[in-house]
Amino acid sequence: MSLPPFTFAEIEERFDDMFVEVSESVIQHLTQFDIQTQDTLLELVKKAAATNSGLAYQLANRLQKAVDLMELDTIELWLDQAIDAFDSKGLYGAIEILNELESIAHNAKQKLTGISFDEVCNMLEHFVVGLNGRRLKVDTDKKTFTDTETIFLPNIINRFTEKDDNFQLYKCMVVFLWAQNWFGTWRGNLTEIFSQYENPARAQEWFHVLEMIRLEHKIQHELPGIHRQMQRLCELGGHLKTSEIVINGEDKNGQKINDVQKLINFNTQSEDILKLLPQVYHIQTPSLNYYAGCLQADQVELRREIRINKEKDLFRQAIAHVLEDKKDKPASELSEEERRELSAHQIPDPNMPEGFKYRLELDGDPIERPDGVESLMSSIIQDMGEIPDDYLVAAGDGNYKIISEQEKTDEVNMWAGTYHEEGAFLHKEWDYRRQRYKKNWCALREVKLTSGSTEFVKDTIAKYSGLIKNLRRTFEVIRGEDKTLKKQPYGDDIDIDALVEAWGDMASGMEMSQNIFTKMHKEERNIAVIFMVDMSGSTKGWINDAERESLVLLSEALETLGDRYAIYGFTGNTRKRCEIYPVKTFDDDYDDKTKGRIGNIKPHDYTRLGVFIRHFNQMFETIEAKTKILITLSDGKPEDYDGYRGEYGIEDTRVALLESRQQDIHPFCITIDKEGRDYLKTMYGSASYVVIDDVKHLPLKVADIYRSITS
Amino acid sequence: MTSSKNNHFSTSKNHSCVAQFSPGAIMNDIAKSLKPEECFITEEPYYEPIGSEIDIFLAAYQQQIPVLLKGPTGCGKTRFMEHMAWRLKKALITVSCHDDLTASDLVGRFLISGGETKWIDGPLARSVRNGAICYLDEIVEARKDTTVVIHPLADDRRVLPMEKVGEVLEATADFCLAISYNPGYQSVLKDLKQSTRQRFVALEFDYPSIELETRIIKTEANIEQPLAERLVKFAHMTRNLKGSGLEEGASTRLLVHAGKLISAGISPVDACHTSIAQALTDDCEMLAAINELSSSLF
Repeated sequence: MSLPPFTFAEIEERFDDMFVEVSESVIQHLTQFDIQTQDTLLELVKKAAATNSGLAYQLANRLQKAVDLMELDTIELWLDQAIDAFDSKGLYGAIEILNELESIAHNAKQKLTGISFDEVCNMLEHFVVGLNGRRLKVDTDKKTFTDTETIFLPNIINRFTEKDDNFQLYKCMVVFLWAQNWFGTWRGNLTEIFSQYENPARAQEWFHVLEMIRLEHKIQHELPGIHRQMQRLCELGGHLKTSEIVINGEDKNGQKINDVQKLINFNTQSEDILKLLPQVYHIQTPSLNYYAGCLQADQVELRREIRINKEKDLFRQAIAHVLEDKKDKPASELSEEERRELSAHQIPDPNMPEGFKYRLELDGDPIERPDGVESLMSSIIQDMGEIPDDYLVAAGDGNYKIISEQEKTDEVNMWAGTYHEEGAFLHKEWDYRRQRYKKNWCALREVKLTSGSTEFVKDTIAKYSGLIKNLRRTFEVIRGEDKTLKKQPYGDDIDIDALVEAWGDMASGMEMSQNIFTKMHKEERNIAVIFMVDMSGSTKGWINDAERESLVLLSEALETLGDRYAIYGFTGNTRKRCEIYPVKTFDDDYDDKTKGRIGNIKPHDYTRLGVFIRHFNQMFETIEAKTKILITLSDGKPEDYDGYRGEYGIEDTRVALLESRQQDIHPFCITIDKEGRDYLKTMYGSASYVVIDDVKHLPLKVADIYRSITS
Repeated sequence: MTSSKNNHFSTSKNHSCVAQFSPGAIMNDIAKSLKPEECFITEEPYYEPIGSEIDIFLAAYQQQIPVLLKGPTGCGKTRFMEHMAWRLKKALITVSCHDDLTASDLVGRFLISGGETKWIDGPLARSVRNGAICYLDEIVEARKDTTVVIHPLADDRRVLPMEKVGEVLEATADFCLAISYNPGYQSVLKDLKQSTRQRFVALEFDYPSIELETRIIKTEANIEQPLAERLVKFAHMTRNLKGSGLEEGASTRLLVHAGKLISAGISPVDACHTSIAQALTDDCEMLAAINELSSSLF
């Protein structure tokens, strides 16, 4: 027999517990459902409240309509989308999604035949990484386009009756928009070029059509399989294939123009297309294919400008370091001539769209490219088509000066009264520009983390109950990895090899060994591990949830395994206020208090890394273990106020990790920063980090990664 | 430890250490049994050098310095050893290391034969005694106490102490010791000890350049140039995914497998699916992505 539904007062109380104020009509509406539905809906509001109370309020006010239009599952998906939007765009973005209630409900119905972005986004993300060039993200938008860093795709595709065809359309869109980036559609300043025409929109439209023809030639050559799919989808949708487009008409002088499409072939460049524009501008544009999306030149230019400047600076800094090494003096002391000594020479590379890549040379000798420069150069070539000469001038000390100024102001503030070093651990920090340590530079304190309710842990265990069972089983296998030890003085069975050997020894006049048994033995793991959990402000929202969930799953697994482990949260706000939060020390048990502390991990300030690594290195000195592992769970680059960013932060972290290795500690990093590959390799070495592309996968992956690095 | 970076791979049609007979003959004749030290490679194993690895190996051999080969799986370390054995006209004794490998397994042990004990050399002792090349493949898999037995052989002493028989086996100039490992393993428990690695000249292997890899696939799998080019392109796509969910990209060996399947009549997409995608990962989404990449290419 099911329980009676919640009363008005009970529902009101639950809203009060969440600190969400709602109108009486909302509560009244909820009273009409059975208790399960009521509970599910209230849990959804609670979930929203965990992210933001404003969001919960907005959700609660729309529940009535949502229940009319959607199934409960779809309502949850709708909320998830809103929470995603909250993480990236804030409350305003989330409300926008909540307002799209009707179209989301409509899409949900369409889903029966169509395919949603969520179903394929992970696969598409891997797919686009596999294709060449700058790492592009995939995301959803009302329009299908690329801003040269992200490919925006529709939320759902329902154009064909077969699910697979709809999926193929997603794939074709991804490839086509990738091709725009890879084959140089966006190299020129297009808005400016189009604005020279009487009707810029028309010019853009024609450019899009001609580029579509050009890119399809390229795709046909590079990826014939996908080109066949494109053709097939056109046929299926009754659309004109790109290869069948014929451009005939008259130009502005009334002169006949025939078969412009024939002027475009595999070797045509984007500049050639721009030259064709005036010829076709007056002709009626043919329609575009499903997968061609639209051009958002303004958004591209916004991104491109920021990126070009950033990458130019990074590249010049990178070559400054090369010259610093070669000349053995700091970049600030390099003469103007020395700064220009590096040159870039084209070498053939059939994998690049232009058929060549660059080799950096100093005095005619090729030099090894520093870490991360490979992908940087590839991105620059994608934007510029080459490495321009002014990129090859090493950066001076301008950057350094700016940071020093910041540091000076910090020095002044430091003694102003808010900070003092009493009772703090003082740690050194590596300054790569000075190539030496700054002594006692960072003040670190252990801040007590209060224990809260164990609800979060319970919820997580419930949410992942199947997975936990599985994890325990896998970890039990490692723990209980039965090994047959040979040549034992006593054991379960006779070791024939050892017996024969012993007999042989005896017969040849030697003393016979007693070690002639085999014994099944569980190999003892002698591992101590510290998990450093990023508590910087950027982890707010789902990242923080994912981190905490990961810790719960890990703790459950590690309890099975019996490895000694400690968990510390870390966050920093300038070098004078570095804080670690002991969630579980080596001596603590995994009890309710610890569980409460895991639930209480909250985002704070910034991510300074070196100082924490050094602190844990010190901590490891007091720990007796054969294998010591320091695992960092993080969401991005080390970054703090007072100049701790970019190369400075990376270099300090790298040196701190080297210190770890010297102490026989194995550092490992798990991050969700997709750009992490470029700098993590420098910091951790190529085999000691993992980048998880989707934060939602973090809890599932962390325990798995731990298993693989310790077995 | 000196290091030289080489980009190269090798494959051979007569991939046999037991090479007095060709693979074709094996199918018709009864397999012969040979002692490891009698196995000479008679036909040149196909090998494409790019760097100076052959010269460095020869110099190290001449100077009696042991060699450490490091590089990802399937990039041609073992083939390089076969090639060098052929070049030097020495027997190649390969030991695939595993975590149950004991020192006796390498050095030797007493066995009973007809009521009497008889000392049987292990592969390492055999190599030293006969002046062969001893190649310890995937050395990090062996127990750490086992790897220590190679230490006296790997420095200027060049001796193998055989405690059981109370002898010290002194290596001749012919003997050569080579070990290999894959530094890409993420397990912290599997690392080479400094005391071991600092006894070797290290040759670093990596996947070959595009042209060379294409040539290798074409020669080895006997396929057309355009197809080989596509396979190499596909390999690069999977290598782009390294660190984003794939532990390793497709090795040259996997490409050769795919090429051979294609030349035996399997469609390229199926060949890539079975011999590359499935070999790289079990993750459903990753598998789907790799399969979509191959179907986009072919």
